[in-house]
Amino acid sequence: MRERLLGTIAHRLAILVYMAFALFPLFWLLKVSVTPPDLLYSEGVPMWPSRATLDNFSFVLQHTDFPKYFRNSVIVSGSTAIIVTLLASLAGYALSRFQFRGKPWIIVLMLLTQMFPLVMLVAPIFKMLSPLGLTNSLTGLVVVYVAFNVPFATFLMQSFFDGIPKDLEEAAMIDGATRFRAFRQIILPLTLPGIAATLGFVFTAAWSELLFALMLISGAASSTFPVGLLSFVSKFAVDFGQMMAAGVLALIPACLFFLLIQRYLVQGLTAGAVKG
Amino acid sequence: MASIDVTAIRKNYGSIAVLHGVDLAIRDGEFVVLVGPSGCGKSTLLRMIAGLEEITAGEIQIGGMRVNDLEPKDRDIAMVFQSYALYPHMTVAGNMSYSLRLRRAAKELIAGKVASAAATLGLENLLERRPRALSGGQRQRVAMGRAIVRAPKAFLFDEPLSNLDARLRETMRGEIKRLHQSLGATSIYVTHDQIEAMTLADRIVAMNAGLVQQVGSPLDLYDRPANLFVAGFIGSPAMNMFGGTYRAADSAFVAHDNTAIPLGRAYQCADGAPVTLGIRPEHVVVGGGQGAAAPVDLVEPTGFGTILHLRALGADLKAFTLERKTAQVGETTHVTLPPERLHLFDQSGARIA
Amino acid sequence: MLRRFAIASEPYLYSAPALILIVVVMLAPLALGLSYAFRDVKLLNPFSGGFVGLDHFRELIDDRTFARALKNTFFWAGASVVLQFGFGLILALLLNRPFAGRSLVQALVFLPWAVPSFLSGLNWAWMFNPVVGPIPHWLAAIGLMDTPANILSDPHNAMWGPIIANVWWGIPFFAITLLAALQAIPRDLYEAASIDGANAVQRFKSITLPFLAPTIAITILLRTVWIANFADLIVVMTNGGPADRTQIVASYIFTQAFRRLDFGYASAIAVVLLLLLMAYALLIVLLRQSLLKRA
Repeated sequence: MRERLLGTIAHRLAILVYMAFALFPLFWLLKVSVTPPDLLYSEGVPMWPSRATLDNFSFVLQHTDFPKYFRNSVIVSGSTAIIVTLLASLAGYALSRFQFRGKPWIIVLMLLTQMFPLVMLVAPIFKMLSPLGLTNSLTGLVVVYVAFNVPFATFLMQSFFDGIPKDLEEAAMIDGATRFRAFRQIILPLTLPGIAATLGFVFTAAWSELLFALMLISGAASSTFPVGLLSFVSKFAVDFGQMMAAGVLALIPACLFFLLIQRYLVQGLTAGAVKG
Repeated sequence: MASIDVTAIRKNYGSIAVLHGVDLAIRDGEFVVLVGPSGCGKSTLLRMIAGLEEITAGEIQIGGMRVNDLEPKDRDIAMVFQSYALYPHMTVAGNMSYSLRLRRAAKELIAGKVASAAATLGLENLLERRPRALSGGQRQRVAMGRAIVRAPKAFLFDEPLSNLDARLRETMRGEIKRLHQSLGATSIYVTHDQIEAMTLADRIVAMNAGLVQQVGSPLDLYDRPANLFVAGFIGSPAMNMFGGTYRAADSAFVAHDNTAIPLGRAYQCADGAPVTLGIRPEHVVVGGGQGAAAPVDLVEPTGFGTILHLRALGADLKAFTLERKTAQVGETTHVTLPPERLHLFDQSGARIA
Repeated sequence: MLRRFAIASEPYLYSAPALILIVVVMLAPLALGLSYAFRDVKLLNPFSGGFVGLDHFRELIDDRTFARALKNTFFWAGASVVLQFGFGLILALLLNRPFAGRSLVQALVFLPWAVPSFLSGLNWAWMFNPVVGPIPHWLAAIGLMDTPANILSDPHNAMWGPIIANVWWGIPFFAITLLAALQAIPRDLYEAASIDGANAVQRFKSITLPFLAPTIAITILLRTVWIANFADLIVVMTNGGPADRTQIVASYIFTQAFRRLDFGYASAIAVVLLLLLMAYALLIVLLRQSLLKRA
């Protein structure tokens, strides 16, 4: 009896440690972001400033380019998520439903793209996009991000399609639909969780992407959030309060999306695992 | 309604041949059952008629028109799937009207057809429900309703009752038969259950290993099975089979333990040729003091009869009788094998006339 | 005839848009990049682009920064994976037992994964900074440091900064994957083992581990490659410094391309990295073959 109690206490303690480790950095970010500039250095260590303020936030929102960076990131991440989900649905459906000669090659190709270092492509992609006028443009970034995310999204959508019985399309095709119509009217509506998971995952991935944004974007007008934040850091290395305020703002969309879709992600990963 | 003609159909998956040449002529309005063990090719044949599988060689005609190159949607056939394949996000009415909505039929026409199909199947009160709120039997009926609404040239059934429990299967079997009697539609029904085949079919097509073994009415296959496969597949409990030889002198079957069974007439068979003797358990006459001695191994009462497991002719013999036999295990009883109930098969398994 | 063609080409039509994009945006640049390794390509020099053969590779052999980057890559990948996996496994085991408030705890404890990687890097960099962060003060308080200093400026320990940020960020991934695998293990096996007299440790060793083994193997193998190539945190936290001491091969490629704008040299380093990855993949395939033969 005592053993069980000790075991439970140990279990709860361990969980608390993990939670503290996971949440503390975010808490710290929040803490500094609400610390007024004059208290920043004197109150480096305590857990909460004696006087909390939202001045840093209003400064960031009104006197810097952050709203522009935020908007650019939303545009890029949103477009990428939508386009990728579209392409990945089509390709994932093909991989799920058809057996065809090119299939193993396509799978190998997509697996390979997941394994090699994207950073290798930084130079050649720059060289390829520059004559097309796609450097320093959000469009160029979207094209690159879409290509990078399509393979993983395809596998994700494929595993969701695998969970829907094939008879449904067959019944629809016998009822008079072409396969594409059956795909649109019958199958897609049933994979809404998969679509949500893919949208969320790609959005989060595009939102966090740093290296290619750094390489391809040079002007503040087209900077996405990571690039903007980094340039802010190097230019204003002492305004920590404001930088952290910007950081908190960057967190919000990503965390929101994540909290919404994390249930589906575990589901999707488990479905794949069960199928082996 | 239409006839369906299957000519020299072959099906290969890569280098693996699944159907080795099947010929079938189904008459307009006929109810044909394709029956056989798993992997015999019956579902593949059905799906080829539906257009869901490619035809490797041969021709399929529906209503006299070649359909090899037609999409399923253009063949004017309806199919009931084993898993029902109901559209989960549509109501029962939506499921049944989908095909008509695809053809942009008038709303009143759709409503009318759905209503009449629902009435035929007793689904009037379920029209607004989703499939997940229905029982297995109700889902099965919706699947059939979806097919009826189309008024197609033929109905295809792919093991529709396999997912139901035994009690429900009995009920639905009767309903399908009644439906066919009232609609008179050309139907092809695939099953591995020989009872469904016997009770539903106008004609049975028994298949094994990609080949048609016999085509005929249910009683044809029961009384005159063309080979060992059909003999053993149709009828439950299965036919008893004994190896032995044919003795032309007195037209007798000589078992491996040298017991001689009189055959009653001459068979077209060489003297001394190895043959297989078959007799159905329900035709074995037990008791009455006549015939060979047979010790009782096992007694299985089924309520309406008894299955007796006996030893005779040097092998196991199953007998089925409608009486309550109170024979004890270990007792010895007597069995007679009426000559007119015997079947003889040659070395290759074919029936000997 | 036409129908047969239409049917055969259907899957290709569905996958074409995705495939075209991948080929154009990933394969074409790859080929181009490989060619740069053998040419002199400097962005700032409009006259560059000539063929220089193996010059870059000769330079690479003498490049001490590259040698250190290679060593660092192994250390970075090894330490990150071991720590992420270890702590991730413990977390997955903890979450596998039902308790009140589990779904809330689960969502919170997986939150670091949602944080964009660059922000995770910046966040930890700030926490390590004695001016605004608590960590140097704590480390000094417990005696690990003489005075509160930024470990990111310490040439000997700077690597730990990005590693810790990576571990914080990466534990949820392992925890989620392992949790999904744990939940796929049938409960009856544990019950049968309990009845047979096994205690918790024995049940873990004889049931949990064998079931998890395939998932563990694949996840670790794939993740190691991914982490070895993950340069974002290092670029953000130390920029490879101090004095190129925290460079890994991937970040070195980036700094050569982005800061020195020497595409040719960057591509040569990339070619070496690619060869190393292919060797790694070959190793895995061979390992798998030998394991299958033994089984």
